[in-house]
Amino acid sequence: MKRFGDFTAVDGIDVSVAPGEAFGFLGPNGAGKSSTMRMIACVSMPTAGELRILGKDPAVHGSEIRARLGVCPQLDNLDPDLSVRENLTTYARYFGLSRQEARRRAEELLEFAQLTEKAASQVEPLSGGMKRRLTIARAMVNDPDLVLLDEPTTGLDPQARHLLWERLFRLKQEGKTLVLTTHYMDEAEQLCDRLVVMDGGRIVAEGSPRALIERYSTAEVVELRFGVLRPADLVGKLEGVGERVDPLPDRILVYTGDGDAAVAEVHRRGLAPSSVLVRRSSLEDVFLHLTGRRLVD
Amino acid sequence: MVTTLLAMRISPVRVGAVIGRNVGALRSGPSYWLVLVSGFFEPLLYLLSIGVGVGALVGEVPLDADRMVPYAVFVAPAMLAVSAMSGALSETTFNFFFKMKYMKTFEAVLATPVRPMEIAFGELVWALVRGSLYTGVFLGVMVALGLAAPWWALAAFPVTILVGLAFGAAGMAISTLMRGWQDFDLLSTGQFALFLFSGTFSPVADYPGVLQVVVWATPLYQSVELVRGVVLGDLGWGLLVHAGYLVVMAVAGLVFAARRLERLLLP
Ligand SMILES: Nc1ncnc2c1ncn2[C@@H]1O[C@H](COP(=O)(O)OP(=O)(O)O)[C@@H](O)[C@H]1O
Ligand SMILES: [Mg+2]
Repeated sequence: MKRFGDFTAVDGIDVSVAPGEAFGFLGPNGAGKSSTMRMIACVSMPTAGELRILGKDPAVHGSEIRARLGVCPQLDNLDPDLSVRENLTTYARYFGLSRQEARRRAEELLEFAQLTEKAASQVEPLSGGMKRRLTIARAMVNDPDLVLLDEPTTGLDPQARHLLWERLFRLKQEGKTLVLTTHYMDEAEQLCDRLVVMDGGRIVAEGSPRALIERYSTAEVVELRFGVLRPADLVGKLEGVGERVDPLPDRILVYTGDGDAAVAEVHRRGLAPSSVLVRRSSLEDVFLHLTGRRLVD
Repeated sequence: MVTTLLAMRISPVRVGAVIGRNVGALRSGPSYWLVLVSGFFEPLLYLLSIGVGVGALVGEVPLDADRMVPYAVFVAPAMLAVSAMSGALSETTFNFFFKMKYMKTFEAVLATPVRPMEIAFGELVWALVRGSLYTGVFLGVMVALGLAAPWWALAAFPVTILVGLAFGAAGMAISTLMRGWQDFDLLSTGQFALFLFSGTFSPVADYPGVLQVVVWATPLYQSVELVRGVVLGDLGWGLLVHAGYLVVMAVAGLVFAARRLERLLLP
C-alpha cells in the first residue's frame, strides 16, 4: 500500500515472485506500477503492509538489499557529466567494486549493450534506444539477483524495442529474476512468465499471459469496421455471433473460438463490414474485458 | 572517528565513490574549470583592489587594543575566509542543487547501496577539496605578498578547511530547502551581505552596538575572526569559541541535509 498524502497510488496488492521468474506488472498510466517498483527497489517505503525483498525487510536492510538489485527506472537518469564508459565504472564503484573490477565489468557490459563503439562518447548524443540499453547495462553492473525494469521499451521505435527484448531475453535465459512493468501487451507476452494486471492501484487479474487470455478472452478476435455506421447500432444484429460482442467507438470486436466461422456468420446475416480482421486474442483484449478501457490510446 | 562512522553505518568506500563521480565529471569539459578558476579570482581581486589599493590610503588599522597592522594585512585573512566560504558554498549550493533537482544524479545513486548520509558526506568532502584548493593557493599568494608569515599560513590552512566544512554543510542544508533558481538570488544577496559586514573590511568594533551583536552571530564573522587570529599569530581562548561555533554549524548542517535528502529523494 502506498499513499501520497490523501491519494492512494497502490491500494493493497499481494504478489510474490519466485527466483528465476520473469514477472510483469501490466497496466495503463497511473495504475501504480512505478510506485510499486520504487517500493520493491527500496527507495520508497510502503505506507502500510508487509514487504520482503530477497527475504529481507527494506525498512531495516535497505542498503543490503539494494546491493543485490539492478534497477532500470522509467525515466533514464544517466549521468550527463560522464562518458558512456564512466557511467558504468562510476556506478560500479557505488556497489563497492574495485577500480580494476569496475573497468573489466564495464567492458563486458558495453559489449552486452552493443555500445563498445560509443564508450568514450558523452551520454547526451546517444539515441533513445542506446540510452535505454546503457541504463539496463548499468543496472547489471553488480551482477544482481533481481532486475527491476520500469517500462523498459516505452518511447522506443520498433527496431530498438526488438533489440532490447532480445537483450532482456538473454538475461532471462541466464536465470536472472526479472520484474518489469509495461503497458504494452506484446512486451508482456514476450517477456513474462507470469503477470498481474493492475488498474487504479489494484490487481484485477493474475496469471501467465496464455492463462489470462484463456480465462478472460477467446482464442480469436474478429475486428469489424462498418464505415460510417455506428458500431453501437449494429450490436443487436451481431448477437450470438461468437461468445461476446464488444462495440468500440470505431469498430466492433467479436470474441470467438473460430474467427473464420464468425466472419462467415456475419456475412450470412447480410451484414457488409468495410473491413474484417481476424487475429489471435491478446492481453489487450483481457484488459479491455476486465476494465472496460483500453491500455494505450 | 572510525567508530562514529561505524555507528552511522557510513562506508568510506561508498563515500569515496560519491567523490569519484565528481572527479570524473571534472574531465567532462572546460565549463566546470572556468567556474572553478573564476571562483578563486574573486577574493584575490578584492584583496588586491581594496586591501592593497585602498590600504594605501587607509594606512594602519587596530587589530585589537594594543596592536596596529597595515590595512592589507587586516583584509587578507578575511578574504581567505571568504574564499573558503565561497569555494564550499558554490559546490554545495549551485552544483549540488543542480545534481539533485535537474540531473537526478542522486536518484540514480540511491538505487545502489549508497545511503543519503553517504551522499551528503561525499559531496561535502568534494566541496572541501575545492575549497582547500582555493585557500591553499590564496595562502601562497599571501605569503608571497608578505601578508602572512609562512608558518602561520601553514597553521591557517586546516582552519580554512573547518570554515569550508561549516559553510559547505550549511549550504547543502540550504540547497535541500531551495524551491528553484529564484531562491539562489536570495542566497547570493545574503552571501554578499556577509561578505561586506563580517569585520572583513573594517573592525567590527567600529559598528554601532546592536549591529555588533548581529554581526557576532553570523558565521562569516566567526570564520574571519578565527582565520585572522591564526594568520596573524594572535592566539587566545576566544578562537576556540569561534572554532566551536563552526563545528556545531558543520554537524547541524550535515545532519539536516541528510535528513532532508532522505525526505526528498526517498518519498
Ligand atoms: N511522489 C508522488 N506524489 C504524489 N502522487 C504521486 C507520486 N508518485 C506517483 N503519484 C501518483 O500515483 C499514481 C500512480 O503513479 P505511478 O505509480 O507512477 O503509475 P504508473 O507507473 O502505473 O503509470 C498516479 O496517479 C500518480 O500521479
Ligand atoms: Mg510508471
